[in-house]
Amino acid sequence: MTKFDVSRRGVLKSGAFAGAGVALPTIFTASSAAAFTNEPTGSSVTLGFNVPQTGPYADEGADELRAYELAVEHLNGGGDGGMMNTFSSKALQGSGILGKKVEYVTGDTQTKSDAARASAKSMIEKDGAVMITGGSSSGVAIAVQGLCQEAGVIFMAGLTHSNDTTGKDKKANGFRHFFNAYMSGAALAPVLKNLYGTDRKAYHLTADYTWGWSQEESIKAATEAMGWQTVNTVKTPLAATDFSSYIAPVLNSGADVLVLNHYGGNMVNSLTNAVQFGLRDKQVNGKNFEIVVPLYSRLMAKGAGANVKGIHGSTNWHWTLQDEGSKAFVKSFGTKYGFPPSQAAHTCYVQTLLYADAVERAGSFNPCAVAEALEGYEFDGLGNGPTLYRAEDHQCFKDVLVVRGKENPTSEFDLLEVVEVTPRAQVEYAPDHPMFAGGSLGECNPGA
Amino acid sequence: MFGLNKKDTSVLIIVAVMVMLAPFLLNPFPSASGLAQFNAGYPDLMQKFVIFGIFAIGFNILFGLTGYLSFGHAAFLGVGSYSCVWMFKLLGYNVLPGILLSIAVSGVFALLIGYVSLRRSGIYFSILTLAFAQMSYALAYSVLSNPKFNLTNGETGLQVYADDPQWFHNPDRLPDLPHLFGLSMRATYKLDLGAWEFQFNAGYYLCAVIMLACFYLAIRIFRSPFGMMLRAVKSNQQRMNYTGLNSRPYTLAAFVISGMYAGLAGGLLSAVDPLAGAERMQWTASGEVVLMTILGGAGTLIGPVLGAGFIKYFENIFSKINDYVLHSWFSFLPDGMEDAVVFLIHPFIGKGWHLTLGILFMLVVIFLPGGLVEGGQRLVNWIRGRKAKSSTAAHETNPAE
Repeated sequence: MTKFDVSRRGVLKSGAFAGAGVALPTIFTASSAAAFTNEPTGSSVTLGFNVPQTGPYADEGADELRAYELAVEHLNGGGDGGMMNTFSSKALQGSGILGKKVEYVTGDTQTKSDAARASAKSMIEKDGAVMITGGSSSGVAIAVQGLCQEAGVIFMAGLTHSNDTTGKDKKANGFRHFFNAYMSGAALAPVLKNLYGTDRKAYHLTADYTWGWSQEESIKAATEAMGWQTVNTVKTPLAATDFSSYIAPVLNSGADVLVLNHYGGNMVNSLTNAVQFGLRDKQVNGKNFEIVVPLYSRLMAKGAGANVKGIHGSTNWHWTLQDEGSKAFVKSFGTKYGFPPSQAAHTCYVQTLLYADAVERAGSFNPCAVAEALEGYEFDGLGNGPTLYRAEDHQCFKDVLVVRGKENPTSEFDLLEVVEVTPRAQVEYAPDHPMFAGGSLGECNPGA
Repeated sequence: MFGLNKKDTSVLIIVAVMVMLAPFLLNPFPSASGLAQFNAGYPDLMQKFVIFGIFAIGFNILFGLTGYLSFGHAAFLGVGSYSCVWMFKLLGYNVLPGILLSIAVSGVFALLIGYVSLRRSGIYFSILTLAFAQMSYALAYSVLSNPKFNLTNGETGLQVYADDPQWFHNPDRLPDLPHLFGLSMRATYKLDLGAWEFQFNAGYYLCAVIMLACFYLAIRIFRSPFGMMLRAVKSNQQRMNYTGLNSRPYTLAAFVISGMYAGLAGGLLSAVDPLAGAERMQWTASGEVVLMTILGGAGTLIGPVLGAGFIKYFENIFSKINDYVLHSWFSFLPDGMEDAVVFLIHPFIGKGWHLTLGILFMLVVIFLPGGLVEGGQRLVNWIRGRKAKSSTAAHETNPAE
């Protein structure tokens, strides 16, 4: 047993401490009643660039970071101004955002939701970032978007292709410029119809996680609508590196098209396996066997090497586009880094400009004002033609590119050629489309 | 005090004081200065320090005392996180039911895995636990997240949606975020003192109090006859068995206790940030807690907490230093020199934080096999030794030869 000795002095002492403790919060009243989270008060404003620097998508992350650095340079009036000169809105003057110099902090998402949220939280809580952007995976984008909604800052998504980001997991504080799986399906289907006809039997290999399912569902719906049959859909573990055991059954299934719903290293390996098995030289049902990779990127094409030749897929943007915006961006990116940007770099650069422009037009960094300025905003000159930021789900609507692996690449960057620019009207859908149903934006949250 | 001897009481008090004053101790640099980069006193990182401290304390009860090296402890962390978020989804945002359920569920889970894995020892035990953890990870990542039976929400991570039942949630009265009877876990009180800014976060203090309780419990286990039995398992299990004593109930109990610690840590992770991702169960997460324990000092009381703090500090602070920051630090140097210095440091910061951590880990393991705790002891001994020497030097005596 512990014995308590109560003395007069002890009581006084502890009373004084307790009193001081109770009084503490009233002595130091909160310094300023900020209108929203991390309101920039000094001469600069901090943006948070949260990209994968380690892990499977580190290449994409590195390219995203280059694009962000370029965007900051342009916003602060450095360099040649890039797409700021071709952007339809002229609110940005190269004098920072609302006259405040743009500064930035970076973090590593490691392509893990936890790490990405920890890194974004430290940007918000420690560095006072007023906007978070980046990421190269839908899981991370959704996780960070949720965090930004709770914390009351704007999230400008980087590379995220799953329908869920602006579907069932959409948030009022989150915005996506990149296209999605539904759009891939809608853009690819007519091209595939012209190339391969309406009587085809498709076999899907799908990475077994949210994005893979989302894409499989979209492509299946789009191809079945034009008359294709789906023979089988097989899920492959995300960690798989050898797909031979999944390719062999394809040969005996009677299918004549293989759809690879894979991304990054998965796609590189599965495509290589499929080509090594001689699928592309096969004749099935009297037709040439074909392979389709719905989501393409230049970095993936580089990994798969000669195997991508003649294979079709869709992409958000490609550096060989000849509009003024794309040309200006490729030029300033190339001047600074010595090689053309990837689609990940493009979407991140554009998102940064869009955010800065929205703040200028709204005249405030308040997330609710910024969201209002972005919602239903029509713009042009950023590389994808006339684009709309739809108010109902914060998804950008713009042309989608269908690309093909080039037969005779002239350089290590010239791996894809644009087959068709699918017009925006063809990839649009209702906000309550079944593939996107189930979520709600909720109220915009300014925090504090 | 509290049934502890004098030394343990002082350790507990020191830890308690440090944990309670962490917002001050971790923010030594004024927030406007360049060195503010190294400040760690913001809510998220402080929460991580104490939560992973709990995780490592629990792991140390198994590894430090019995010597059984589990490579699958992250599974319990993940199970705890999922349980807690499910409570948020079903009952509402009060953290108490979530935390309690996460302890209970991970305890049951640990009992099952432990019952099977503990039939083997040494490397076979490690591999079994690793296999179970990777199985749990695969289940959470894809198998249990299919649209028909969605328990974990796969890659996206389990989170609370607006259309979840939340039977006891009253949005008019309670915050729409995890809270303890109305006190939001995200409530932060900012204190401006001159150039410094200190943040006092409700979630951190909840985790800190729980961590102190866990630490106290761990001391009691270390000093109890049960703890002595576990140490006996470590030193020679065969001899124990020959004396007719069945050691398995003891190891199983230790396994379950440390699993519950991990589950509690997982629950707290969800309580301060209501999203549970499958990668919490990945083998890298299991490996991390092993590193924390060894880095800090396996089998010591305070070591695992230090190790956890050390690793989380590197992950969160060093990974955020980039070339832009470096250039601003070294801008006083002439241009060529500045670029050279940045070029030299570049591989060790930003995405290179793993490299820096790896080098430090190697240095610690090679020169301080007992971890950071041994480093501290050597430092104390060295200072004492110097003092003793200087006092003996004053009145040196010659041998009476």
